Amino acid sequence: MSGRIVHIASNTFREAVRDRVLYNLIAFALLMSGAAILVGQISIGIERLVVVNLGLTAVSLFGVVIAIFIGIGLVSKEIDKRTLYTVLSRPVQRWEFIVGKFFGLAGTLVVNTFFMALGVFAALLYVSQHFHSTDGWVLVALYFIILQFLIITALGLLFSTFSSPLLSAVFAFALFVIGTFSEDLRGFAGMTHGITRWLATGTAYLVPNFSALNVISSVAHEQPVPGHLILSNTAYALVYAATALCGAVLIFERRNLK
Amino acid sequence: MTAIDILGLEKTYSVGFWRKQPKCALRPLHLRVDEGEIFGFLGPNGAGKTTTIKMLMGLVYPTAGSARILGMEINDPRMKAQIGFLPEQPYFYDYLTAGELLEYYGRLSGVASKDRSRKVREVLDRVGLADVTRVQLRKFSKGMLQRVGIAQAILHDPRIVFLDEPMSGLDPMGRREVRDLMEQLKHEGKTVFFSTHILSDAEALCDRVAIIHLGELRSVGAVVDLTSSIEGNVELVWHGNKVPAAMNGLGAECHVTGDTVRAVLLERNQEAALEALRREQLRIISLIPVRTSLEEYFVRKLQPNKAVAGVTR
Repeated sequence: MSGRIVHIASNTFREAVRDRVLYNLIAFALLMSGAAILVGQISIGIERLVVVNLGLTAVSLFGVVIAIFIGIGLVSKEIDKRTLYTVLSRPVQRWEFIVGKFFGLAGTLVVNTFFMALGVFAALLYVSQHFHSTDGWVLVALYFIILQFLIITALGLLFSTFSSPLLSAVFAFALFVIGTFSEDLRGFAGMTHGITRWLATGTAYLVPNFSALNVISSVAHEQPVPGHLILSNTAYALVYAATALCGAVLIFERRNLK
Repeated sequence: MTAIDILGLEKTYSVGFWRKQPKCALRPLHLRVDEGEIFGFLGPNGAGKTTTIKMLMGLVYPTAGSARILGMEINDPRMKAQIGFLPEQPYFYDYLTAGELLEYYGRLSGVASKDRSRKVREVLDRVGLADVTRVQLRKFSKGMLQRVGIAQAILHDPRIVFLDEPMSGLDPMGRREVRDLMEQLKHEGKTVFFSTHILSDAEALCDRVAIIHLGELRSVGAVVDLTSSIEGNVELVWHGNKVPAAMNGLGAECHVTGDTVRAVLLERNQEAALEALRREQLRIISLIPVRTSLEEYFVRKLQPNKAVAGVTR
């Protein structure tokens, strides 16, 4: 990775860390984990299930909110505030700027997930008194959540290169919701015929398949995650994020910064 | 050596939502700036100055034409390492301190890590911000941000500095300091290309200026050549309070003050005016050529048919 990408990424990370909204979200996620403990106490016998389910869902949702909230402004805010001018007038290529921004936000989300995961494991330890070997699958679920964040970040960045923050947020959130139900969309496509089938199938394959990346429920039920799923999900998320990132670069390379 | 060579750079935007209409922001512009000179790019608001600078910085793509800076294409990263740029009304990452911002820009410009901290200190000292190195930019005034902008433009010791309205937002002292800084840069052998609509700054600083209006280049040259190229005025003062009728026909602007009359008229009408005064037997006190200012030249270039004549008391 070029040095300039690293500098842009670290500056993006620094911006997110100094943004107070980020701390509020983390605090809220930790509160959710605390709430999981309370709910666990009134759910006799299924405390672990409730804690894993609620905790990981909170990590996922708040991470997605952070990814969309910051991702959509990564480029448009720089254009609006004209901070971009003094960066791109230096020996910085436009693609380096986009890639640097992506890694900066991705890094921020990984660090956030780490701290939020600490909250989940603390809640798990509280309700179970000790860790089980099956708790290792929680780490896999967290890894999949990070893969989701990579896709969302890349999509947010893509929308940010040509749209306003509000519209970008709507697009990114809509894709997240549709992607979460992409398996159902594929099932629906299988039941239809003609052009509806083509449209439903096309949409199901075009939107990110967040269904496959969501193993929270099975992990909560202490079911193992197959190795091939880890590999295929990793490849899928990386290819999807890279494609969205390429789209962002292609649009941004052609854009006039008025 | 040529620092900036603009070869027919042109920009047309499409405006409107449904029915796109072309809007010409810059007509084909040909301009050459030599290395080591302070070059003023003058024009009223909306003339096309910022559009031109943005195209040179690679921020806006030209519709046609090209430009070379230090002999290199405008998107060549090697060229960008040798230029500095201050945008109009600059805004920076306000969560950073002045020191952090310059460190960041230093990294992006490829300033060696062993020199970076020293250069940041030196440049902040040079723009008078040495005391606020650790203060976040969100606490800076507009004038201080302008100074930070100038600091980041010269941090990496560029050969050419592009300044878009550098005096904007500065108090008289600040403007004076920026003028001094631009002269220092010239003495260091750097080329300064700056846009402004404050003509007194351009007149005091520039080796050459270009005047642009409505996206079209109107004139280029040294200030003295430009101002002497248009017909000058003379100031004629005589005793008494009588203004001969012939003066109005000569387009003279006359002011009667006490027992003297002061008239400003075109140089070519000087002899006829003197003759009229002699006919009326009025005593001439003085006849002085009036130096044409850049502002006057600018106004005439933009409004060529404007003529004023009359008497005030």
